[in-house]
Amino acid sequence: MHVVVFTRSTPDTAAKVEVDGSGAVIWGNAATVVNPWDEYALEEAIVQAKNGGGKATVIALGGEMHNDALKHSLAMGLDEAIRIDDPELDPTDSLAYATAAAAAVNKIGDVDLVIFGKESVDVGTDQHTYMLARKLGWTMLSYVSKILEVDYAAKTIKVEKMYEQGKQVVTSKLPAVISVMKEINEPRYPSFIGIRKAGKATIPVWSLADLGASLPDKKVDVLAFNNPPTKDVVVEMIEGEPEEQAAKLVDKLLEEKVL
Amino acid sequence: MDFSLNTEQLEAQKMVREFCAKEVIPTIGEWDRKQEMNPAILPRMAELGILGISIPVRYGGQGFDYITLGLVCEELERADTTLRVVMSVHHGLNSQAILQWGTEEQKQRFLAPQARGEKYAAFCLTEPGAGSDVASMSATAIRKGDKYILNGEKMWISLATKAHHFLVVAKHDPNATPAHKGMSAFIVTSDMPGVTTGDIHGKLGVRAGSTGWVKFENVEVPIENRLGEEGEGFKIAMSCLDNGRYTVASGATGLIRACLEDSVKYAQERETFGKPIAHHQLIKQKIAYMRQWYDTAYLLCMRVGYLKNAGIRNTRETSLAKWYATDHSVKAALEAVQVFGAYGFSDEYPVERYLRNSKGAVIYEGTSEIHQLMQADYEFGFREDKPLRCEAPAYDPEFWQSEPEAIAGG
Ligand SMILES: Cc1cc2nc3c(=O)[nH]c(=O)nc-3n(C[C@H](O)[C@H](O)[C@H](O)COP(=O)(O)OP(=O)(O)OC[C@H]3O[C@@H](n4cnc5c(N)ncnc54)[C@H](O)[C@@H]3O)c2cc1C
Repeated sequence: MHVVVFTRSTPDTAAKVEVDGSGAVIWGNAATVVNPWDEYALEEAIVQAKNGGGKATVIALGGEMHNDALKHSLAMGLDEAIRIDDPELDPTDSLAYATAAAAAVNKIGDVDLVIFGKESVDVGTDQHTYMLARKLGWTMLSYVSKILEVDYAAKTIKVEKMYEQGKQVVTSKLPAVISVMKEINEPRYPSFIGIRKAGKATIPVWSLADLGASLPDKKVDVLAFNNPPTKDVVVEMIEGEPEEQAAKLVDKLLEEKVL
Repeated sequence: MDFSLNTEQLEAQKMVREFCAKEVIPTIGEWDRKQEMNPAILPRMAELGILGISIPVRYGGQGFDYITLGLVCEELERADTTLRVVMSVHHGLNSQAILQWGTEEQKQRFLAPQARGEKYAAFCLTEPGAGSDVASMSATAIRKGDKYILNGEKMWISLATKAHHFLVVAKHDPNATPAHKGMSAFIVTSDMPGVTTGDIHGKLGVRAGSTGWVKFENVEVPIENRLGEEGEGFKIAMSCLDNGRYTVASGATGLIRACLEDSVKYAQERETFGKPIAHHQLIKQKIAYMRQWYDTAYLLCMRVGYLKNAGIRNTRETSLAKWYATDHSVKAALEAVQVFGAYGFSDEYPVERYLRNSKGAVIYEGTSEIHQLMQADYEFGFREDKPLRCEAPAYDPEFWQSEPEAIAGG
């Protein structure tokens, strides 16, 4: 069995991301990190591959900056890493992403499970996960907080999904695409031995031609990025015992017509 | 000399930083207040491989270089001094000594389980009546057949009550002149009859760590537990300090960084006279000094890491780095408390802990006074380093990272 997990390097969540004079999105000298949601996906891929006696491969779409995320993944214990890069491919276009990703999953062949983190923090989207499932013709199970049972021989999976209203337990056939929540596991740190292996690894780069994929026409055009308007925030600390604080808070909220 | 860090070094640094942020910093204040070591710390450091970071893979370690060891110590002490102290004694003073001086059999028996973190290790030199003046120690190890009978008490021993293995320096010939020629080194295990230990309470700092005493009463130490040759005890102890002091220096660099980072943050939040205190010149000066001390300490440590990697003797450079970094960590902590004002005087913020912890490091592994004497003696030519029978091994990635060849039929 084979588990494939997708990841990407994103600006550190502590970094100040802004749009510069030329309209480009910049984050100074701040380092990139593995998309924080993907840490859970990577951990789950390692666990599932181990439990299923199979292999876990991590894939990133985009330029060299994503090698950092891939190396981090290898250091955590993923078996193989692949980067998909092509001048034609804009991975921030969800449909293009899904098209290339589906071609990669098909090229690998024996994949039972594809795992994503809930979303990418930088572009704040998860459309590509659903689109990939559609392209592959597989079930999409989003917001998974626990994999309850999985039988790779019988090709079935039972998961717990999270909603704002509560939880839902569903079963599905494999192969499937899942996106995972923080609740699913506690991601491990990279191991020292893993760090060294990752340091020495050369990560293969697949082009669209290698994948035999051609991209659909763009459905979305990004016209411009803008900085959000700056907000004037006044912080006021309410002193006193909890009861007094609550009473003062209610008064203030009434005064401001929030309530 | 190349000052850039390679990917391996950066990733190892990042990993330890993350471990500290998640598993140490959130609770360390409480443990410090309780004067107890968090029982999860040593097993976790073991599990993550930190306890054997710069020991060859074939001896149970992770096979990283000496620069990584320094970076790891910096990260650990950025969180709390007690974690770096673990590295100083377990890794620097004990494990690296076995790597340097041990027989192959001793490396397999003692070093490998230490590097894997299955056994914890400590270093016993200081006594109630002998600290800086090592040669005046009174512990004895008198040879009797194929054993040494060890008697004496060691004091201020880090990890005293946690360690399974002690590297003990004692006199096999208490009447030797000069006295240091009568000293030998031994690997003593905590389960040997006659070994008792206890912790010291009421310490100024390193309260979340174990510091104690180890007593030896007629302990029978087999001859195969002697490290090095009879009479090499003093030289071994000094070479241990070359390793330990590097970890202390790197750690103190981390403590300076802690003071700097916390002060920079606080100075931008706290306002007086209508503006953040970051805009007052005298506060700026403190920050500027902390940065100067941090960079200088860091660079001195990098030089030592480089020399150690190359296998070049570094007693003088290590002493200088240790002296500079620890002295300035005390200064940085004093300034950090000042930046925090009354809040720095309270354990609501960590800077008072930094100050209390910083004070230990100008005492152990050579007091600041001893390092000054050493530096001057090098300048005057009163002191020079003679080659050792066993030099500290250079970092040879191929040897350090490879598995041992499979033993035929094994
Ligand atoms: C937290 C902590 C952990 C420790 N861990 C260990 C450990 O794991 N293993 C171990 O063996 N030891 C350990 N020590 C002991 C430490 O190494 C000694 O305390 C140190 O060597 C100093 O010895 P002393 O305390 O006996 O001071 P002394 O040697 O009595 O010195 C007292 C003062 O006199 C000064 N002085 C001494 N000689 C001279 C001189 N010639 N010229 C000028 N000034 C001088 C010293 O600098 C100092 O200021 C630890 C100590 C502490 C505080």
